Amino acid sequence: MHTTTIIGLEVHVQLQTKTKVFCGCTTAFNPTQPNVQTCPVCLGLPGSLPVLNREAFTLAVKTAMALNCAISPYTKWDRKQYYYPDLPKGYQISQYDLPFSEDGFVELEPLETEEGTGETRRIGIIRAHLEEDAGKNTHDDSGRKADSQVDLNRAGTPLVEIVSQPDLRSPSEARRYLEELKLLLTYLGVSDCNMQEGSLRCDANVNLHIHTDDGHKIPTPIVEVKNLNSFRNVELAIEYEEKRQLEQWKKTGQKIGDVAKETRGFDAARGVTFAQRGKEEASDYRYFPDPDLVPVIVSEEFLEGIRSSLCEFPADRRKRLAAAYQLSTYDASVIVGQGLEFAEYYEEVAKLCGDGKQASNWVTQDVLREMNERNQTIAQFPLRAAVLGNLLGRITSKQITIKSAREVFATLLSETHARQVLSSHQIDQIIAEKGLALVTDTGAIEQAIADVVAKNPKIVADFKGGKQGAIGPLVGQVMKAVKGADPAVVRNLIAEKINSM
Amino acid sequence: MASQLDRETVLKVARLGRLKLADHEVDDYLNKLGQILTYVEQLNEVDTEDVEPMAHAVELQNVFREDVVRPSLPRDLALSNAPKTDGQFFLVPQIIDAGG
Repeated sequence: MHTTTIIGLEVHVQLQTKTKVFCGCTTAFNPTQPNVQTCPVCLGLPGSLPVLNREAFTLAVKTAMALNCAISPYTKWDRKQYYYPDLPKGYQISQYDLPFSEDGFVELEPLETEEGTGETRRIGIIRAHLEEDAGKNTHDDSGRKADSQVDLNRAGTPLVEIVSQPDLRSPSEARRYLEELKLLLTYLGVSDCNMQEGSLRCDANVNLHIHTDDGHKIPTPIVEVKNLNSFRNVELAIEYEEKRQLEQWKKTGQKIGDVAKETRGFDAARGVTFAQRGKEEASDYRYFPDPDLVPVIVSEEFLEGIRSSLCEFPADRRKRLAAAYQLSTYDASVIVGQGLEFAEYYEEVAKLCGDGKQASNWVTQDVLREMNERNQTIAQFPLRAAVLGNLLGRITSKQITIKSAREVFATLLSETHARQVLSSHQIDQIIAEKGLALVTDTGAIEQAIADVVAKNPKIVADFKGGKQGAIGPLVGQVMKAVKGADPAVVRNLIAEKINSM
Repeated sequence: MASQLDRETVLKVARLGRLKLADHEVDDYLNKLGQILTYVEQLNEVDTEDVEPMAHAVELQNVFREDVVRPSLPRDLALSNAPKTDGQFFLVPQIIDAGG
């Protein structure tokens, strides 16, 4: 017997608009000042009239394009009716039978493992629709059963709900899908996807296909795990469900259709999912077209305007970087995976220094390491691309060695103070002060080699006896004597010198 | 054709609308809602074979507002219709189910 895990994700993404989707209240994240960002529209007061935010619709369409969805020429808004204290109107404005987009996909890069490179995985998107967020409830957990508090600052914030096909097959694949989605949406600037602030939230639909030894396939009942607030928790909740559903099936033999779809929560502290009391007749939302809102008919000009404003998608950028700068797919993925600004930084450095591979090594190792140590984003990093490009250019043109460049890099960064921007001029200074300029004065090098060779007859004998590695210490000694010499050149010169003896 | 409205349906609709109906009210609504349904059911007699489904009753389309912040209500005004507040939040009886 073996099992396959079947996962579909519903992701809610907050769009980066200034105002709410149907009114002019700000969408600023403001949990310390509850209920100061509301108006008659988002409070659902009688007589108020919602009007669609053009920017919200534009960002939603951008999102759908990035998900390779078909954009519907005609779309409308519906009322999804249920009672919950964070929903002031008693209904949520959402989209039911005519969402603005459907039928797309997200591609996941092939995984490189010890067994080789895997296949590109294409995860289907059933639909993406635009809706409004609810408010936020805070519950008293002191045990005294005090009232719950409702903050409606967030009510009416524009959300795109992205519903995937049940195409994901493992907890880690679900995580990779979310990471790719986040990268895509932050690249496009449609959402900041900040999970701490609730800009990206996820529900996971999970069940197992149990393949029995006699060739039968038994699907277990589908469980929806709600409100997963980190990628790690998505992974952990699905891992837990894999084990729980298998045990449950062994115990009860229940398969899909035997029981109603169950809604569960995830307790991150204990690492378990738990049954939630289902909302009473939760499936009876009685959707109907919202008479307050008019349909949107999308023209080809409108779509073309958005299409032409789209930046390069991460997947395309990976391919282009790998081809244009002779990078491995892994390096291209690391660079693109750090976000749009990081990729821009890399490309500027690569162009300036004329060596894409060298630029990649520095950006993915030295720069990333320093950024992480300083807890900075690439935008905050004091060594700008122009300066790093200038420094690395000196390696390409053989003015300094890679080792010297590292010394300049470290010195530059150690000399930075807050908000100080480093300049290429400082590179000249450091190179001069530390005597790092590559010595091309062969006279000085030859003199140093002659001295070192004369002082180390044993090593010379070893090398002559066939021990290629023996001259390492000699290279070191010459380098010490003539700062800034190119070690490769020195090594060759020493070998020549000894061979001619 | 008389509609198949029964007491159970009336009670379900009432429950969804969070309405508590007394027995005589159930009978009253059974009668009234039944009349409405019967009236609307006349539409079934119309031949709609070649008619495009209508998704919306209004002829207007593409009405947008620009993404410009407008002043919100002061908090005390926003809370002024609420049955219960603490001056900052709307207060509601404790929600047992944390899911939403």
